[in-house]
Amino acid sequence: MKAAIFEYARADSVAQACSLLAEYGADAKLIAGGQSLVPMMAMRLARPAWLIDVNRIAELKSSRRDGADWVTGAALRQADVERDGEAARAVPLIRQGLYWVGHVQTKNRGTVGGSLVQADPAAELPLVAQTLGARFVLRRTAGERTVSASEFFQAPMMTATEPDECLAEVRWPVWQGERIGSAFDELSIRHGDYAIVAACAQVEVDSAGRCVRAVLGIGGAAAVPVSVEAIARSLQGTQLEDAAIDAAVESIGQYLDPGSDVHATAEYRVHLARVLAARVLRQARANAAGGGRGSRA
Amino acid sequence: MNEPTSSVCITVNGVEHRCEVPTRLSLVDFLRETLRLTGTHVGCEHGICGACSVILDGDPVRSCLMFAVQADGHSITTVEGLANADGSMSVLQDSFCETHGLQCGYCTPGMLVATHSLLKHNPNPSAGEIREAISGNLCRCTGYQQIVDAVQLAAQRIASTGNR
Repeated sequence: MKAAIFEYARADSVAQACSLLAEYGADAKLIAGGQSLVPMMAMRLARPAWLIDVNRIAELKSSRRDGADWVTGAALRQADVERDGEAARAVPLIRQGLYWVGHVQTKNRGTVGGSLVQADPAAELPLVAQTLGARFVLRRTAGERTVSASEFFQAPMMTATEPDECLAEVRWPVWQGERIGSAFDELSIRHGDYAIVAACAQVEVDSAGRCVRAVLGIGGAAAVPVSVEAIARSLQGTQLEDAAIDAAVESIGQYLDPGSDVHATAEYRVHLARVLAARVLRQARANAAGGGRGSRA
Repeated sequence: MNEPTSSVCITVNGVEHRCEVPTRLSLVDFLRETLRLTGTHVGCEHGICGACSVILDGDPVRSCLMFAVQADGHSITTVEGLANADGSMSVLQDSFCETHGLQCGYCTPGMLVATHSLLKHNPNPSAGEIREAISGNLCRCTGYQQIVDAVQLAAQRIASTGNR
């Protein structure tokens, strides 16, 4: 359980990280928190010839409001983002999702950007990003491009990031409005483990309690997290009453493609998706009605 | 291929260490094998068991999930650094003995590091908060209940005497 030999370089800027990536290409790996990469290196599932450390790059630690977005730098620690009250007010689902991620020790080191580029289909932050339609700013020596979540997540552990690109920041849409509520819930073997199935939702209601906007996402039930747009859209105009939610989520299985493993069958995952989807929609409705922007669950 | 190395300066329990380390040397191996601080235990080596927990700049992390070269310029506290200056046990360590919060002792350094950090941020944690704080640390002797008792006892003792 020891990593294979590698050369190590510490980048002081994104430009320097990109130039090292351009030089070493597919033989190089960026390391931020390392909470996924280091175990893979210890098990020799990953053997990068070069490790480029981006932990000390100040521009990757920005946390700010920019127009209609909340922007998180890729190398922000999960624990710091979870504690950030301003981020939680702008995009409550980030904190609601982080509550379920790992343990104290891994959150103190793991980064938001690292979780996203790791792209585990059952991980919480990719699910929140997919559900809200976050955008990813990817930099390379030649320039910069912005990729939507639906393009970014391509397959299990695979994103649109090219070998010479560095994820610089993530732009999370901030919903404007008085009555917005969100919720995240999941079932896992132990708290902190990857979810068997996870669900999150965000809704906006008008003064009469009618849903004017909704998003719903499911993780752990397909190759990538799924934003179930058809179901979310069908809830617009309803009062988000229990019967409307139950009817809307009934067909959720047709949007998912879960596998079976030792923990759960595909059929059970669809069942969980239905139950959790209804639960987060009800909780989001309650949080919106309360004027609060979200509770933990 | 020659083993690539890098020079580092790491402060461990208040003492600065300058040395040349292989880039692939994990922080836990650096602590145990280079510095001979064997209080930090090495268990699963892939970030599951929590036995290797240390405090990095004030926050608990897993030392098997960091390379020593990444700790360059940082400050580490290991379980050895939790004891009093004269070598006697801290209130928290003594409370683990008092409540039988350990059997084989393998997980104990990690449990101490995790709960020391908890008490620093939260001097009066509930049983639930203690369980959350040690959720990343495995104990295979099933001693969790006594560990929770130990932390609660330590919190009471610290509150009443002001000593850690």
